[in-house]
Amino acid sequence: MADDVKSIAEEDRKFTLNFGPQHPAAHGVLRMVMDLDGEIVDRIDSHIGLLHRGTEKLLEHKTYLQGLPYFDRLDYVAPMNQEHAWCLAIEKMLGLEVPRRAQFIRVLFSEMGRILNHLLNVGTQVMDCGALTPITWAFEEREKLMGFYERACGARLHAAYFRPGGVHQDLPQDLIDDILVFIAEFPQAMENLEGLVSENRIFKQRNVDIGVVDEDTIMKYGFSGVMVRGSGLAWDLRRSQPYEIYSEIPSDVFPVIVGKHGDNYDRYVCRMDEMQVSNNIMRWCIENMPEGPVLAEGTKVSPPRRGEMKRSMEALIHHFKLYTEGFHVPEGEVYAAVEAPKGEFGVYLVADGGNRPYRVKLRAPGFPHLAAMDHLCRGHQLADVSAILGSLDIVFGEIDR
Amino acid sequence: MSAQIEALTDLGELIASEMQDAVRKYEVRFSELTLYAERDAIVPLAEFLKRDAACAFETLIDLCGVDYPERGRRFEIVYHFLSMRMNQRIRVKVSTTENEPVPTLTGVHPSADWFEREAFDMYGIGFSGHPDMRRLLTDYGFEGFPLRKDFPLTGYTEVRYDDLEKRVVHEPVALTQEYRNFDFLSPWEGITKDIPGDEKATLNDGETG
Repeated sequence: MADDVKSIAEEDRKFTLNFGPQHPAAHGVLRMVMDLDGEIVDRIDSHIGLLHRGTEKLLEHKTYLQGLPYFDRLDYVAPMNQEHAWCLAIEKMLGLEVPRRAQFIRVLFSEMGRILNHLLNVGTQVMDCGALTPITWAFEEREKLMGFYERACGARLHAAYFRPGGVHQDLPQDLIDDILVFIAEFPQAMENLEGLVSENRIFKQRNVDIGVVDEDTIMKYGFSGVMVRGSGLAWDLRRSQPYEIYSEIPSDVFPVIVGKHGDNYDRYVCRMDEMQVSNNIMRWCIENMPEGPVLAEGTKVSPPRRGEMKRSMEALIHHFKLYTEGFHVPEGEVYAAVEAPKGEFGVYLVADGGNRPYRVKLRAPGFPHLAAMDHLCRGHQLADVSAILGSLDIVFGEIDR
Repeated sequence: MSAQIEALTDLGELIASEMQDAVRKYEVRFSELTLYAERDAIVPLAEFLKRDAACAFETLIDLCGVDYPERGRRFEIVYHFLSMRMNQRIRVKVSTTENEPVPTLTGVHPSADWFEREAFDMYGIGFSGHPDMRRLLTDYGFEGFPLRKDFPLTGYTEVRYDDLEKRVVHEPVALTQEYRNFDFLSPWEGITKDIPGDEKATLNDGETG
C-alpha cells in the first residue's frame, strides 16, 4: 500500500491545470495554463485577449474628441485617470495651456479615481484570501465616490469628463461641500477596514513574504506604480515627472508612500496608505482651488458656451465644426504618461495633421505586470497564485484593450 | 524647458557618437528625444542604453508597431525606454518590412516578450530569436493582422453561438447596413496641402481635369 502511494506520487506529480477564463479570482477573463509539480507551480502560461475590443483600431477611425470615451472603458475601475493621459498627449502636441481651476479639478478627480481603484483592489484581494466582509465595506465608499462622478459629469462610470483643454463642466458648490464631508468621514471608514484586515492572521499568512518583487525584477519586467513603491523605490510620476499642479502640493500633504519588502502584504499596506494620501490631496485641492474658467476658452478645441451660441453665428459654426469635423492636431508624435492607480499609463500618439489620430498605442500598467506572472509565481504554492494575482491589481479592460 | 531640451540634445549627441553604427540620426521634438536606429543593431544599442552610466535606460516601458503602407519599409517598431535613475525617457525607432524580422529584445529586457508578441499579433512583424512567438490578444485561430491599415475596421469574420449546432461558429461579416465612414474634413480650412480642385490650376486651356 505504501509502495503504491509512493510510485503514484513520483509518476503523476506533474500535471497541467487550467485556471479560468471564468474564475472569481481571475479578476475578469484570464485563462492560465499552469504546469504544476504537486502543489508547486512550475510554469504559468497566461492567455489573454478575451476582452480585446480593438480600442487602438477604433481610435484610428474616430476624431480626437470621439476617441475620448474609449479611455473610460480601459481601466473601468478608475476611468478618469485614463482620460487624463489622452488629454495630456493632445495638449502636449497642441501646446495648449489648461486653466488653473481645471488643473485642480483634474487632480481632485484623479485622486478620487485612485481611491476608487485601491478600494476595489484591496477589497477583492482580501476576498481572494477568503474574507467576505471588507469588499462590501469598500464598495460602500466606492458608491459615494461614484455618486460624485455622476454629479460632476452625469455618469457613474464612463465619465468623459476630462477634455483636451480642461474639464467639461465646472463643479457646483454643493458638490464641493459634499466631497468635503466625504473627505472628513473617509479616515474613519479606512480605520474600520484596516481594523478588519491589517492584523488578520489568515490574511497575513497568505500574503507576507509571498510574491516578493526585488529591484532587478522591477527593471527587467517594466513594473510601475505600487509594484515599484512596494519594494522601497520612491518612484512616482506625480513627483518625479510632475504634471498639472502636483509639483505645488507640499510634501507633508503628499509624501511618496514606499514599502519595504516588496511582498503582497507591503503592497496592500502601500495601497491603504496611498488612499489616505489621496484623501489629503483632495482636501488640499478643494482648499486651494482658484476661481476661473475650466476649459481653455477661445480655442478651437473647446466648444463655445451655450449662451454664446444663441447670439453669435461664429460660435454656432464653431460648435458644429467641432462636433462633426473635430479639431486638427499637428503632425508629430508624443508619449504622455500619468501615474494611474495601477502604475504608469501612457499614450503614444502619432498624428498626421488631420482630425483623427494616425496611430495610438495605449501602454497599460497591468500588461507588463501580468506578463511577469510566470516569473513571480514560479516555485510558489498553487494557493499563492490567486493571492499574487490579486496583489498585481489586474483589470482586463486595460490589458486587453 | 529649454534646459531640458538641451540635456536631451546632449544625450542624443552622446549616444549617436558612441554608437555610430547603430544610430542613423536623432531628433528632439515636443521635448522628447527620438533615435532612428539600424534594425540589426537594436540589441547592442539597447544593451548600451541599459549599461551606460549616463543613459541607464533600464526599463523598457513600451514597444509597439506602426504601419505606413506607402513607405518602402512599411513597419516601424517604436521602443520607449525609461531611466528611473536619471529620470529620463527616450524613444528608439527601427523600420522593417513583412519579411525582415527584427532581432528580439527579450535577452536584454524580458518585458519585451509580450510586447513583441502583441506587435506580431497586430502587424505580423517577425522577431528573430523570440522564445515563444504566438498570438497574444486575438482569438484562437484568428487570421490576418488587425492593426494594419489595409485591415477593415469591421474585420472579415464574425462570431456567434449557433443553437442548432450547439457551438460557436465563425461566419463572414454580414452588415445589415453598409459601414459608414464619415469624412468631415473640410476643404476650406484645416488641411493645408492638396485642396480639391487645385490640380486644375496647372492645366492648359481646353484640357479637362
